[in-house]
Amino acid sequence: MSEQTLKRVDLIFGEYSNEKYKVLASTLERTNEDILKDILESGLRGRGGAGFPTAMKWKFTAETPSDERYVVCNADEGEPGTFKDREILLRVPRKVFSGMAICGRVIGAKKGLMYLRGEYKFMVPELMKELDSYHEHAKQLGLDFTIEIRMGSGAYICGEESALFESMEGGRGEPRNKPPYPTTSGFMKKPTVINNVETFVNVLMIMRLGPDQYKKLGTTDSRGSKVFSVSGDTPIPGIYELELGMSLDRFVDEFGDGDTKAVQVGGASGFCVPRKKFKDTVIGFEGVPTGGSMMIFNSSRSMYNVLHNYLEFFEEESCGQCTPCRVGCQQLLKGIVAVKKGEKKAVYLEQLMKLSESMKITAKCGLGQSVANSFSSIVNNFKEEMIY
Amino acid sequence: MTDCKSLIQELADKYGRERSSLLPILQGVVAKNNYLSDTCMTDIAKELDLSAAQVFGTATFYSFLDTEPRGEYVIRVCKTITCDMHGKKTIIQALEDMLKIKVGETTTNKKFTLLETNCLGWCHEGPAMLINDTPYSGLTTEKVHDIISEYINK
Repeated sequence: MSEQTLKRVDLIFGEYSNEKYKVLASTLERTNEDILKDILESGLRGRGGAGFPTAMKWKFTAETPSDERYVVCNADEGEPGTFKDREILLRVPRKVFSGMAICGRVIGAKKGLMYLRGEYKFMVPELMKELDSYHEHAKQLGLDFTIEIRMGSGAYICGEESALFESMEGGRGEPRNKPPYPTTSGFMKKPTVINNVETFVNVLMIMRLGPDQYKKLGTTDSRGSKVFSVSGDTPIPGIYELELGMSLDRFVDEFGDGDTKAVQVGGASGFCVPRKKFKDTVIGFEGVPTGGSMMIFNSSRSMYNVLHNYLEFFEEESCGQCTPCRVGCQQLLKGIVAVKKGEKKAVYLEQLMKLSESMKITAKCGLGQSVANSFSSIVNNFKEEMIY
Repeated sequence: MTDCKSLIQELADKYGRERSSLLPILQGVVAKNNYLSDTCMTDIAKELDLSAAQVFGTATFYSFLDTEPRGEYVIRVCKTITCDMHGKKTIIQALEDMLKIKVGETTTNKKFTLLETNCLGWCHEGPAMLINDTPYSGLTTEKVHDIISEYINK
């Protein structure tokens, strides 16, 4: 593959600086405007999947008048096929805390919270050790910004930012109406920056390298590198840090088992790309976006079973608050079972497609809105498998 | 089972008595008692000056906050796509055979509860399961046998 080989990057997982919290210390010597300018210049977009420009999020939050502001690190990684945040927190937690601290200084927050999914509770003792060390250094640096860890308790929906706030406030993890957005009304209804674990690490890397060097990675629309979680039918499953903007074709060359039939990009709420479209599919914000989840299926897999598994997942994880999502997920699941059993004619799939499209427009949050992504991409591309 | 009232007070002293202290308190009770009894939830409501319905509403939303009696060790096997593809069914079978219970049940000695759960984040090493907070991945029938034997002897 020579030149075609995917560029492996060592930014996120690269070694720490020699001195503990050195990059944080040097960054704190700069002005907030200067720091924001660098992040804007770098083109960094959120790494949780939605891709909102990080600098804008920080700027909007800083500009909202308030006596209190918060920084929240979203570590409620629950998307099927995603496990990169766990790896980041296990290997380079110091970078995450540093990124949060920089955010705190820029937006004028005194408190940071990390919402860690309940499934990752085993990591807490190690994280607390690093957090103690962070607090010591912050004190020495004269930075008034403390970080606390809050645990989730097994609810996928709490990865949705406003559901996450509800959960931290002691309620059911039910998403709020938007607007208002977190930048004006987030945790405790105060202006809040909520970013993914990986985004905070990227901020620190931009501070260390400078935006010009950071920008050399990726494409115009998708700057920098991305941590990918690769699983499914691959001989080399695991975590890989790769440049954004590659074609799916090249990805499959490297990670597939030679018999790849489809790749699910972006987890159960993402898109299923069939082999014939690998060449024309770019992984990145200009093509198919992903929070990092890449699940590979070979020809031995039934795509009906895959879709059935996703729909069971969504049906259980839907918070049940809005009708399109609560009833929609149930009906989609029932519907494909009925078609498969022959109780409904194949044309019924068209009706189910319409239902998923309605969910896209009418559901309250990203969960219900994105069920259509995997539903229509699987049904459209593998119709025979849904029927026979 | 630890006495609920004193446990709740201890947790409330640690986490506070705000609404935002509710989740850590519920989690603390489950960590000690394995589940939240009705009396326990009512006591939490009193301690935090909330209605019992608010406590019940929050508790029942989260799959890890059990409101039914559970065993000392709660086994949660991941059933999401990649674990399913890599033999989750065999793992469930092995656990059911060893523990002589079905998914959703608790052993008569109250030591184990067997449950299925959604994605645990070990997709690259599936099948995977959690026993209380400890994750186990890359499971095979033999591995399950060794792990459970160890717990049985605990």
